Amino acid sequence: MYNFEFKQPKTVSEALSALVNDEAQLLGGGQTLIPTMKQRLASPSTLVSLTAIEEMKGICLNDDGSISIGGGTTHADVAANSNIFSGLITLAKNIGDAAVRNRGTIGGSLANNDPAACYPAAALSTGAVIITNNREISADDFFRGMFETALEEGEIILSVRFPVPSLSSYQKFIQPASRFAIVGVFLSNFENEIRIAITGAAEEGVYRWREAEVALNANFSEGSLNDLLVEPEGMIGDIHASSEYRAHLVKVMTKRAVKNAS
Amino acid sequence: MPDVKMIVNGKPVSGSVEGRTLLVEFIRNNLHLTGTHVGCDTSQCGACAIHVDGKLVKACTMFALEANNREVATIEGQANNDGSLNFIQQAFKDHHGLQCGFCTPGMVMATADLLKTNSKPTEHEIRDHLEGNICRCTGYHNIVKAILAASGQDVSRIAAE
Repeated sequence: MYNFEFKQPKTVSEALSALVNDEAQLLGGGQTLIPTMKQRLASPSTLVSLTAIEEMKGICLNDDGSISIGGGTTHADVAANSNIFSGLITLAKNIGDAAVRNRGTIGGSLANNDPAACYPAAALSTGAVIITNNREISADDFFRGMFETALEEGEIILSVRFPVPSLSSYQKFIQPASRFAIVGVFLSNFENEIRIAITGAAEEGVYRWREAEVALNANFSEGSLNDLLVEPEGMIGDIHASSEYRAHLVKVMTKRAVKNAS
Repeated sequence: MPDVKMIVNGKPVSGSVEGRTLLVEFIRNNLHLTGTHVGCDTSQCGACAIHVDGKLVKACTMFALEANNREVATIEGQANNDGSLNFIQQAFKDHHGLQCGFCTPGMVMATADLLKTNSKPTEHEIRDHLEGNICRCTGYHNIVKAILAASGQDVSRIAAE
Protein backbone atom coordinates (compact mmCIF):
# COMPACT_ATOMS: atom_id res chain seq x y z
CA MET A 1 0.00 0.00 0.00
CA TYR A 2 1.27 3.48 -0.81
CA ASN A 3 1.61 5.81 2.14
CA PHE A 4 -0.75 8.72 2.78
CA GLU A 5 -1.44 11.41 5.31
CA PHE A 6 -4.04 10.26 7.82
CA LYS A 7 -6.54 12.74 9.20
CA GLN A 8 -9.20 12.00 11.79
CA PRO A 9 -11.48 15.01 12.20
CA LYS A 10 -13.98 15.15 15.06
CA THR A 11 -16.67 17.20 13.28
CA VAL A 12 -18.22 17.28 9.82
CA SER A 13 -16.92 20.80 9.21
CA GLU A 14 -13.37 19.71 10.04
CA ALA A 15 -13.79 16.78 7.65
CA LEU A 16 -14.93 19.10 4.85
CA SER A 17 -11.88 21.32 5.40
CA ALA A 18 -9.62 18.27 5.30
CA LEU A 19 -11.12 17.26 1.94
CA VAL A 20 -9.91 20.36 0.07
CA ASN A 21 -6.87 18.46 -1.18
CA ASP A 22 -7.74 17.02 -4.61
CA GLU A 23 -6.29 13.62 -3.82
CA ALA A 24 -8.07 13.27 -0.49
CA GLN A 25 -10.35 10.30 0.03
CA LEU A 26 -12.97 9.67 2.71
CA LEU A 27 -12.56 6.58 4.89
CA GLY A 28 -15.60 5.04 6.56
CA GLY A 29 -15.14 1.69 8.30
CA GLY A 30 -12.50 0.76 5.74
CA GLN A 31 -13.74 -2.77 5.12
CA THR A 32 -13.69 -2.19 1.36
CA LEU A 33 -11.28 0.71 0.96
CA ILE A 34 -8.39 -0.74 2.99
CA PRO A 35 -8.29 -4.01 0.97
CA THR A 36 -8.58 -1.89 -2.19
CA MET A 37 -5.60 0.24 -1.13
CA LYS A 38 -3.58 -2.89 -0.35
CA GLN A 39 -4.08 -3.93 -3.96
CA ARG A 40 -3.01 -0.43 -5.04
CA LEU A 41 -6.33 0.03 -6.81
CA ALA A 42 -6.69 3.21 -4.77
CA SER A 43 -3.83 5.43 -3.65
CA PRO A 44 -5.11 8.63 -2.03
CA SER A 45 -2.52 11.12 -0.80
CA THR A 46 -4.73 12.00 2.15
CA LEU A 47 -7.19 9.78 3.95
CA VAL A 48 -9.90 11.51 5.95
CA SER A 49 -11.38 9.09 8.48
CA LEU A 50 -14.98 9.68 9.49
CA THR A 51 -14.96 7.25 12.42
CA ALA A 52 -14.32 9.87 15.11
CA ILE A 53 -17.27 12.07 14.11
CA GLU A 54 -19.88 11.34 16.77
CA GLU A 55 -22.56 13.51 15.11
CA MET A 56 -22.62 11.03 12.19
CA LYS A 57 -23.43 8.02 14.37
CA GLY A 58 -26.68 6.74 15.78
CA ILE A 59 -30.24 5.83 14.95
CA CYS A 60 -33.33 7.88 15.72
CA LEU A 61 -37.07 7.76 15.13
CA ASN A 62 -38.47 10.87 13.46
CA ASP A 63 -41.84 12.49 14.21
CA ASP A 64 -43.22 11.35 10.82
CA GLY A 65 -42.45 7.70 11.67
CA SER A 66 -39.36 7.43 9.49
CA ILE A 67 -36.00 6.25 10.83
CA SER A 68 -32.76 8.18 10.44
CA ILE A 69 -29.46 6.33 10.54
CA GLY A 70 -26.22 8.29 10.77
CA GLY A 71 -23.80 7.70 7.89
CA GLY A 72 -21.10 6.54 10.33
CA THR A 73 -23.33 3.96 12.02
CA THR A 74 -21.91 0.45 11.86
CA HIS A 75 -23.79 -2.58 10.55
CA ALA A 76 -23.58 -4.11 14.05
CA ASP A 77 -25.33 -1.10 15.58
CA VAL A 78 -28.11 -1.26 12.97
CA ALA A 79 -28.52 -5.02 13.53
CA ALA A 80 -28.82 -4.52 17.29
CA ASN A 81 -31.40 -1.72 17.20
CA SER A 82 -34.93 -2.75 18.14
CA ASN A 83 -36.53 0.22 16.33
CA ILE A 84 -35.42 -1.00 12.91
CA PHE A 85 -37.89 -2.81 10.64
CA SER A 86 -37.41 -6.50 9.97
CA GLY A 87 -35.99 -6.44 6.44
CA LEU A 88 -33.28 -3.97 7.40
CA ILE A 89 -32.34 -5.92 10.53
CA THR A 90 -31.97 -9.12 8.51
CA LEU A 91 -29.86 -7.24 5.99
CA ALA A 92 -27.52 -5.69 8.56
CA LYS A 93 -27.11 -8.97 10.46
CA ASN A 94 -25.91 -10.78 7.34
CA ILE A 95 -23.35 -8.36 5.93
CA GLY A 96 -19.86 -9.87 5.91
CA ASP A 97 -19.04 -11.35 9.30
CA ALA A 98 -19.14 -10.21 12.94
CA ALA A 99 -15.81 -8.38 12.77
CA VAL A 100 -16.65 -6.64 9.50
CA ARG A 101 -20.02 -5.54 10.90
CA ASN A 102 -18.24 -3.83 13.81
CA ARG A 103 -16.34 -1.57 11.39
CA GLY A 104 -18.33 -1.20 8.17
CA THR A 105 -20.80 1.68 7.95
CA ILE A 106 -24.04 2.35 6.10
CA GLY A 107 -22.63 5.57 4.62
CA GLY A 108 -19.58 3.77 3.31
CA SER A 109 -21.66 1.03 1.73
CA LEU A 110 -24.00 3.46 -0.03
CA ALA A 111 -21.20 5.76 -1.22
CA ASN A 112 -19.27 2.82 -2.66
CA ASN A 113 -22.36 1.33 -4.38
CA ASP A 114 -20.80 -2.06 -4.97
CA PRO A 115 -23.11 -3.88 -7.41
CA ALA A 116 -23.36 -6.78 -4.93
CA ALA A 117 -23.67 -4.75 -1.71
CA CYS A 118 -26.77 -5.12 0.46
CA TYR A 119 -27.58 -1.60 1.68
CA PRO A 120 -28.28 -0.10 -1.77
CA ALA A 121 -31.19 -2.56 -2.11
CA ALA A 122 -32.72 -1.41 1.19
CA ALA A 123 -32.32 2.27 0.33
CA LEU A 124 -33.82 1.89 -3.14
CA SER A 125 -36.65 -0.42 -2.09
CA THR A 126 -37.83 1.76 0.78
CA GLY A 127 -37.38 5.00 -1.18
CA ALA A 128 -34.91 6.26 1.40
CA VAL A 129 -33.43 9.75 1.31
CA ILE A 130 -29.65 10.16 1.43
CA ILE A 131 -28.74 13.31 3.32
CA THR A 132 -25.38 14.92 2.62
CA ASN A 133 -23.73 18.11 3.79
CA ASN A 134 -25.17 19.84 0.68
CA ARG A 135 -28.57 18.33 -0.08
CA GLU A 136 -31.07 15.53 0.19
CA ILE A 137 -30.99 12.92 -2.59
CA SER A 138 -33.78 10.41 -3.12
CA ALA A 139 -32.56 6.84 -3.52
CA ASP A 140 -34.20 6.73 -6.97
CA ASP A 141 -31.76 9.45 -8.07
CA PHE A 142 -28.75 8.34 -6.02
CA PHE A 143 -27.56 5.11 -7.63
CA ARG A 144 -26.03 5.72 -11.07
CA GLY A 145 -24.59 2.33 -12.03
CA MET A 146 -21.79 0.09 -10.81
CA PHE A 147 -19.72 1.99 -8.19
CA GLU A 148 -21.32 5.26 -9.38
CA THR A 149 -23.55 7.53 -7.32
CA ALA A 150 -24.90 11.06 -7.46
CA LEU A 151 -22.34 12.12 -4.83
CA GLU A 152 -20.01 14.90 -5.89
CA GLU A 153 -16.42 15.56 -4.82
CA GLY A 154 -16.29 16.62 -1.22
CA GLU A 155 -19.80 15.43 -0.42
CA ILE A 156 -20.33 13.35 2.73
CA ILE A 157 -23.31 11.13 3.55
CA LEU A 158 -24.36 12.44 6.97
CA SER A 159 -27.41 10.24 7.39
CA VAL A 160 -30.04 8.17 5.62
CA ARG A 161 -33.76 8.58 6.26
CA PHE A 162 -35.81 5.41 5.77
CA PRO A 163 -39.60 5.45 5.42
CA VAL A 164 -40.81 2.43 7.40
CA PRO A 165 -42.75 -0.15 5.36
CA SER A 166 -45.56 -2.09 7.04
CA LEU A 167 -44.02 -5.31 5.70
CA SER A 168 -40.47 -5.87 4.51
CA SER A 169 -38.06 -8.65 3.69
CA TYR A 170 -34.49 -9.01 2.50
CA GLN A 171 -33.59 -12.27 0.80
CA LYS A 172 -29.93 -12.80 -0.03
CA PHE A 173 -28.50 -15.64 -2.07
CA ILE A 174 -25.06 -15.45 -0.57
CA GLN A 175 -21.66 -15.97 -2.14
CA PRO A 176 -20.23 -17.95 0.75
CA ALA A 177 -16.62 -16.78 0.46
CA SER A 178 -17.13 -13.05 0.04
CA ARG A 179 -20.52 -12.94 1.85
CA PHE A 180 -21.74 -10.50 -0.81
CA ALA A 181 -25.04 -11.13 -2.57
CA ILE A 182 -25.06 -13.19 -5.75
CA VAL A 183 -28.63 -11.92 -5.84
CA GLY A 184 -30.30 -9.94 -3.07
CA VAL A 185 -33.94 -8.84 -3.10
CA PHE A 186 -35.37 -6.19 -0.81
CA LEU A 187 -39.15 -5.96 -0.71
CA SER A 188 -40.96 -3.05 0.93
CA ASN A 189 -44.72 -3.12 1.28
CA PHE A 190 -46.19 0.29 2.07
CA GLU A 191 -49.92 0.64 2.40
CA ASN A 192 -50.38 1.82 -1.18
CA GLU A 193 -47.20 0.72 -2.85
CA ILE A 194 -44.86 -2.23 -3.14
CA ARG A 195 -41.27 -1.58 -4.16
CA ILE A 196 -38.74 -4.26 -5.10
CA ALA A 197 -35.00 -3.58 -5.38
CA ILE A 198 -32.54 -6.12 -6.73
CA THR A 199 -28.82 -6.11 -5.93
CA GLY A 200 -25.99 -8.41 -7.00
CA ALA A 201 -27.64 -9.29 -10.29
CA ALA A 202 -27.29 -6.49 -12.82
CA GLU A 203 -24.20 -5.01 -14.45
CA GLU A 204 -25.65 -1.58 -13.77
CA GLY A 205 -25.89 -2.32 -10.04
CA VAL A 206 -28.98 -2.06 -7.89
CA TYR A 207 -32.29 -1.56 -9.74
CA ARG A 208 -36.04 -1.69 -9.20
CA TRP A 209 -37.90 -4.63 -10.72
CA ARG A 210 -40.87 -2.63 -11.94
CA GLU A 211 -42.81 -5.54 -13.53
CA ALA A 212 -42.81 -7.38 -10.22
CA GLU A 213 -43.94 -4.23 -8.41
CA VAL A 214 -46.92 -3.90 -10.78
CA ALA A 215 -47.83 -7.58 -10.41
CA LEU A 216 -47.52 -7.51 -6.63
CA ASN A 217 -49.45 -4.26 -6.31
CA ALA A 218 -52.32 -5.99 -8.14
CA ASN A 219 -52.06 -9.18 -6.08
CA PHE A 220 -49.56 -9.62 -3.25
CA SER A 221 -48.79 -13.30 -3.68
CA GLU A 222 -45.92 -15.45 -4.93
CA GLY A 223 -48.10 -16.75 -7.75
CA SER A 224 -48.50 -13.33 -9.30
CA LEU A 225 -44.80 -13.50 -10.27
CA ASN A 226 -45.16 -16.80 -12.15
CA ASP A 227 -45.69 -15.31 -15.59
CA LEU A 228 -42.92 -12.73 -15.38
CA LEU A 229 -39.81 -13.34 -17.43
CA VAL A 230 -36.37 -12.16 -16.26
CA GLU A 231 -33.96 -11.86 -19.17
CA PRO A 232 -30.26 -12.71 -18.67
CA GLU A 233 -29.19 -9.73 -20.83
CA GLY A 234 -27.51 -7.14 -18.64
CA MET A 235 -27.06 -9.57 -15.75
CA ILE A 236 -23.61 -10.17 -14.26
CA GLY A 237 -22.02 -13.46 -15.30
CA ASP A 238 -18.90 -14.67 -13.47
CA ILE A 239 -17.35 -17.79 -11.94
CA HIS A 240 -19.88 -17.71 -9.11
CA ALA A 241 -23.03 -17.59 -11.23
CA SER A 242 -23.85 -17.19 -14.92
CA SER A 243 -26.10 -14.37 -16.08
CA GLU A 244 -28.83 -16.96 -16.78
CA TYR A 245 -28.57 -18.26 -13.23
CA ARG A 246 -28.70 -14.77 -11.75
CA ALA A 247 -31.78 -14.00 -13.85
CA HIS A 248 -33.39 -17.17 -12.52
CA LEU A 249 -32.49 -16.26 -8.94
CA VAL A 250 -34.10 -12.82 -9.22
CA LYS A 251 -37.54 -14.42 -9.45
CA VAL A 252 -36.83 -17.17 -6.91
CA MET A 253 -35.54 -14.71 -4.30
CA THR A 254 -38.38 -12.25 -4.95
CA LYS A 255 -40.89 -15.03 -4.29
CA ARG A 256 -39.11 -15.80 -1.04
CA ALA A 257 -39.29 -12.12 -0.12
CA VAL A 258 -43.07 -12.13 -0.68
CA LYS A 259 -43.45 -15.30 1.39
CA ASN A 260 -41.31 -14.04 4.28
CA ALA A 261 -42.35 -10.38 4.42
CA SER A 262 -43.04 -9.36 8.01
CA MET B 1 5.82 10.07 11.44
CA PRO B 2 2.68 10.56 13.53
CA ASP B 3 2.57 9.23 17.08
CA VAL B 4 0.00 6.74 18.27
CA LYS B 5 -0.85 5.65 21.77
CA MET B 6 -3.28 3.08 23.06
CA ILE B 7 -3.91 0.68 25.91
CA VAL B 8 -3.01 -2.87 24.91
CA ASN B 9 -3.99 -5.66 27.29
CA GLY B 10 -4.26 -3.10 30.08
CA LYS B 11 -0.88 -1.46 29.50
CA PRO B 12 -0.31 1.97 27.93
CA VAL B 13 1.85 1.75 24.79
CA SER B 14 2.94 4.25 22.17
CA GLY B 15 4.97 4.49 19.01
CA SER B 16 5.52 6.30 15.73
CA VAL B 17 3.77 4.91 12.68
CA GLU B 18 3.08 5.77 9.06
CA GLY B 19 -0.46 6.51 7.95
CA ARG B 20 -0.52 3.16 6.18
CA THR B 21 0.70 1.13 9.17
CA LEU B 22 -1.97 -1.46 9.88
CA LEU B 23 -3.00 -2.08 13.45
CA VAL B 24 -1.79 -5.68 13.17
CA GLU B 25 1.63 -4.46 11.99
CA PHE B 26 1.89 -2.10 14.96
CA ILE B 27 0.94 -4.90 17.35
CA ARG B 28 3.35 -7.43 15.85
CA ASN B 29 6.29 -5.29 14.72
CA ASN B 30 6.32 -2.43 17.24
CA LEU B 31 4.94 -4.17 20.31
CA HIS B 32 6.34 -7.64 19.44
CA LEU B 33 3.04 -9.24 20.38
CA THR B 34 3.15 -11.90 17.69
CA GLY B 35 0.18 -13.95 18.90
CA THR B 36 -2.06 -11.95 16.58
CA HIS B 37 -1.48 -13.63 13.24
CA VAL B 38 -1.63 -12.45 9.66
CA GLY B 39 -3.19 -15.23 7.63
CA CYS B 40 -4.58 -13.77 4.46
CA ASP B 41 -4.10 -10.00 4.79
CA THR B 42 -7.31 -9.63 2.77
CA SER B 43 -9.91 -9.44 5.59
CA GLN B 44 -11.10 -12.97 4.98
CA CYS B 45 -9.49 -15.32 7.48
CA GLY B 46 -9.80 -13.74 10.93
CA ALA B 47 -6.40 -14.94 12.23
CA CYS B 48 -5.77 -11.28 13.14
CA ALA B 49 -9.02 -10.88 15.10
CA ILE B 50 -8.63 -8.72 18.21
CA HIS B 51 -10.88 -6.49 20.29
CA VAL B 52 -10.84 -2.69 20.02
CA ASP B 53 -12.88 -0.96 22.70
CA GLY B 54 -14.43 -4.34 23.40
CA LYS B 55 -15.49 -5.00 19.81
CA LEU B 56 -14.22 -7.78 17.57
CA VAL B 57 -12.31 -6.41 14.58
CA LYS B 58 -9.82 -7.63 12.00
CA ALA B 59 -6.52 -5.95 12.83
CA CYS B 60 -5.36 -6.27 9.21
CA THR B 61 -8.26 -4.07 8.09
CA MET B 62 -7.78 -1.13 10.39
CA PHE B 63 -4.99 1.43 10.54
CA ALA B 64 -2.94 1.79 13.72
CA LEU B 65 -3.86 5.48 13.83
CA GLU B 66 -7.54 4.53 13.91
CA ALA B 67 -6.86 2.85 17.26
CA ASN B 68 -5.32 5.99 18.76
CA ASN B 69 -6.47 6.44 22.38
CA ARG B 70 -8.42 3.20 22.28
CA GLU B 71 -8.27 0.00 24.30
CA VAL B 72 -7.00 -3.06 22.49
CA ALA B 73 -7.16 -6.68 23.67
CA THR B 74 -5.09 -9.40 22.01
CA ILE B 75 -4.60 -13.10 22.64
CA GLU B 76 -1.64 -12.31 24.94
CA GLY B 77 -4.04 -10.74 27.42
CA GLN B 78 -6.48 -13.64 27.54
CA ALA B 79 -4.76 -15.95 30.03
CA ASN B 80 -5.74 -15.82 33.70
CA ASN B 81 -3.71 -13.56 36.00
CA ASP B 82 -1.68 -16.52 37.29
CA GLY B 83 -0.66 -17.38 33.73
CA SER B 84 -2.93 -20.40 33.38
CA LEU B 85 -5.14 -20.77 30.31
CA ASN B 86 -8.49 -19.04 30.55
CA PHE B 87 -11.68 -21.09 30.22
CA ILE B 88 -11.89 -20.66 26.45
CA GLN B 89 -8.25 -21.55 25.85
CA GLN B 90 -8.56 -24.51 28.23
CA ALA B 91 -11.64 -25.78 26.37
CA PHE B 92 -9.81 -25.51 23.03
CA LYS B 93 -6.97 -27.58 24.56
CA ASP B 94 -9.28 -30.14 26.20
CA HIS B 95 -11.38 -30.73 23.09
CA HIS B 96 -8.62 -30.56 20.49
CA GLY B 97 -10.03 -27.33 19.09
CA LEU B 98 -6.82 -26.70 17.21
CA GLN B 99 -4.61 -28.62 14.84
CA CYS B 100 -1.83 -26.44 13.42
CA GLY B 101 -2.93 -23.60 15.71
CA PHE B 102 -2.49 -20.75 13.25
CA CYS B 103 -6.13 -19.66 13.34
CA THR B 104 -6.48 -20.24 17.09
CA PRO B 105 -5.74 -16.72 18.39
CA GLY B 106 -8.48 -15.33 16.17
CA MET B 107 -10.84 -18.18 17.07
CA VAL B 108 -10.32 -17.52 20.79
CA MET B 109 -10.88 -13.77 20.38
CA ALA B 110 -14.03 -14.36 18.30
CA THR B 111 -15.28 -16.81 20.92
CA ALA B 112 -14.66 -14.34 23.75
CA ASP B 113 -16.66 -11.79 21.77
CA LEU B 114 -19.54 -14.23 21.24
CA LEU B 115 -19.75 -15.37 24.87
CA LYS B 116 -19.88 -11.76 26.11
CA THR B 117 -23.34 -11.32 24.59
CA ASN B 118 -24.50 -14.94 24.34
CA SER B 119 -23.47 -17.10 27.29
CA LYS B 120 -25.05 -20.31 25.93
CA PRO B 121 -24.83 -20.17 22.13
CA THR B 122 -26.29 -22.92 19.98
CA GLU B 123 -24.13 -24.70 17.42
CA HIS B 124 -25.78 -22.61 14.71
CA GLU B 125 -25.04 -19.36 16.57
CA ILE B 126 -21.41 -20.43 17.09
CA ARG B 127 -20.91 -21.26 13.41
CA ASP B 128 -22.59 -18.01 12.43
CA HIS B 129 -20.33 -15.97 14.70
CA LEU B 130 -17.22 -17.73 13.37
CA GLU B 131 -18.16 -16.89 9.77
CA GLY B 132 -15.14 -14.58 9.49
CA ASN B 133 -12.65 -17.03 11.00
CA ILE B 134 -11.21 -19.63 8.68
CA CYS B 135 -9.43 -22.82 9.86
CA ARG B 136 -7.50 -24.23 6.94
CA CYS B 137 -6.99 -27.52 8.79
CA THR B 138 -10.82 -27.57 8.54
CA GLY B 139 -11.00 -28.43 12.22
CA TYR B 140 -14.32 -26.70 12.78
CA HIS B 141 -16.00 -29.67 14.42
CA ASN B 142 -13.81 -29.59 17.51
CA ILE B 143 -13.66 -25.78 17.57
CA VAL B 144 -17.44 -25.71 17.83
CA LYS B 145 -17.32 -28.48 20.43
CA ALA B 146 -14.74 -26.56 22.47
CA ILE B 147 -16.93 -23.45 22.43
CA LEU B 148 -20.00 -25.43 23.51
CA ALA B 149 -17.90 -26.83 26.37
CA ALA B 150 -16.46 -23.43 27.26
CA SER B 151 -20.01 -22.14 27.63
CA GLY B 152 -20.82 -24.93 30.08
CA GLN B 153 -22.84 -27.08 27.70
CA ASP B 154 -22.80 -30.86 27.63
CA VAL B 155 -20.57 -32.15 24.84
CA SER B 156 -20.27 -35.73 26.11
CA ARG B 157 -22.46 -37.01 23.26
CA ILE B 158 -20.57 -35.19 20.53
CA ALA B 159 -18.09 -37.52 18.88
CA ALA B 160 -14.43 -36.52 18.81
CA GLU B 161 -14.00 -36.49 15.05
